[in-house]
Amino acid sequence: MIGSRRQILIRKILVWIALILGACFAGLPVLWMVSSSFKSNLEIFAYPPALIDESFSFQAYEAVLSDPGQLRFFFNSYLVAILVTICTVITSILAGYSLSRYDFRFKKVLSLIIIGVQSVPPITLMIPYFGLIVWLGIYNSYAALVLTYMVFTLSYAIIMMTGYFNTLPRDLDEAVMIDGGGSFVTLWRILVPISLPGIVAVGVYTFMLAWNEFLFALTLTRTNDMRTVPIGIHLLMGQHSFEWNQMLALSVLGSLPVLILFLLFQRYFIAGMSAGSVKG
Amino acid sequence: MVAGTAGETQEPASFMREHTKRKFLPYAYLSPTLLLLAVLTVVPIVTVFLYSLFDNVIVNPNPPVFVGLENYEEVLTHRKFRAAVSNTLYFALASVIVHFIIGLSFALLLNSRLLSANVKAFFRVIYILPWVFTASIIAILWRLLMNPHGVINFVLLEVGLIPELLEWLSDRKLAIHSVTFINIWSGYPFYLVSFLAGLQGIPDDLYEAGRVDGANAWQLFWHITLPQLRPIIISLALLDFIWTIHQFTLVWMTTGGGRNTEVLSTYTYKAAFSSYDYSEASATAMVILAICTLVAIFYVRSQRMADE
Repeated sequence: MIGSRRQILIRKILVWIALILGACFAGLPVLWMVSSSFKSNLEIFAYPPALIDESFSFQAYEAVLSDPGQLRFFFNSYLVAILVTICTVITSILAGYSLSRYDFRFKKVLSLIIIGVQSVPPITLMIPYFGLIVWLGIYNSYAALVLTYMVFTLSYAIIMMTGYFNTLPRDLDEAVMIDGGGSFVTLWRILVPISLPGIVAVGVYTFMLAWNEFLFALTLTRTNDMRTVPIGIHLLMGQHSFEWNQMLALSVLGSLPVLILFLLFQRYFIAGMSAGSVKG
Repeated sequence: MVAGTAGETQEPASFMREHTKRKFLPYAYLSPTLLLLAVLTVVPIVTVFLYSLFDNVIVNPNPPVFVGLENYEEVLTHRKFRAAVSNTLYFALASVIVHFIIGLSFALLLNSRLLSANVKAFFRVIYILPWVFTASIIAILWRLLMNPHGVINFVLLEVGLIPELLEWLSDRKLAIHSVTFINIWSGYPFYLVSFLAGLQGIPDDLYEAGRVDGANAWQLFWHITLPQLRPIIISLALLDFIWTIHQFTLVWMTTGGGRNTEVLSTYTYKAAFSSYDYSEASATAMVILAICTLVAIFYVRSQRMADE
């Protein structure tokens, strides 16, 4: 570049100012939520506000963690999210294998339908789901949540899995086929092991979608022992006359699983996020 | 290619068996997916469409009556429904446009050659942070910040930007903008990440060639960066538009669709679960589906063009 040293310095300063302003926009609200969760309920809207004040304590966290009702929300969320993840991963591996390795008559139509499912509004499905789930006899059960969540996790998962399999050369599986292995053996022994990064990406992304789901959990469960964390937060908002610090503590605890997954598997997360829009 | 080399050396009978197996296998692998989608997508959509053509569906003790398109006529002329449509369009369009601006700015910033790799990695995590939180938690978070006695009012009042404490989420004029702002905050990381990936895919030679031709930074951005990102921009905007129309939780948990913030999803939810008017709810649900399908068709077309 032509710019002198001074110009570069000025540019550097400008970039840093923009960088820090952006970080404030993204990070300060989160910081405020975390700090407020350590305040007493009276101090949350104290004037003037302080990031940390003398009421700092773990009281709200103790309240959440010692309440069996609220711990149950976590148990439900983990159970449902893990089941959805396992079912989605297996189903999407099978579907991705089919779409990546075979040519068949309705391939175009079927993959278009799978992609199109993403655009179906959950609110449209919710009205018939209520009757359907009652009819299937699984209203207010884990099965109702796992099955309905899969409708919107599968679409992404299949697109991601197909994309991943497409990057692997076909010679690999053809070599095994010639050696007498069937297509399922090929998939299971060859493709699955080398696709582990793609499978992890699908799994992590699915877990996050399932952990965050709200609408179906709200309408397809009735009793508090079946509620998940997002619904628990919703309930806490209505029941108690705004126990802000407890609500915030529950929110922080409810965000930890996804936050930890995000920090551990950043790369995979990003792969999942961009699967829908950027073609690899 | 389909029969493969293995088939040629086999007996005709087993070749035939192999052939039908080959024809059948891809469907077998897809069967769990197809079964799930048939039961939980195709059947429900047909059901909701039928509901929308009848009166007295589901909870009503009277037998359903076929009314044709009457429910649609009723809904489409309803003042509240029209308000919900215009709120939804504002909510979605404003979100998409500002998401794009923030997402691209942050991506360009994080792509700057003036920053070291570690600095970039650190700030990338912070910038993606809003995306980690689920909608109900984001709602709580912003209800805390936007509370009349909350920290946002305090700061703006101290700086002198507002004359008095504002009711961000309960003022009929402000609330829709506040909810849109919250959605903007929660949704831009998706653009950021996609743009970061997109920027890395632009070959350096293009910029080199541009510089040789004497282009300045702005011209490089306008004539190289933007056109190169075009396919990503189009698909992001269309997907985001669909997702924002889907958005229910954020509106439901901040304003409940009150204070002039009713969007199509909260309108439908209330029609179904507060008024128990499933016929009307089904008609509005079909309208949302139609809007989203229309946008989705554009999306699929843009993807196909990108492939060619």
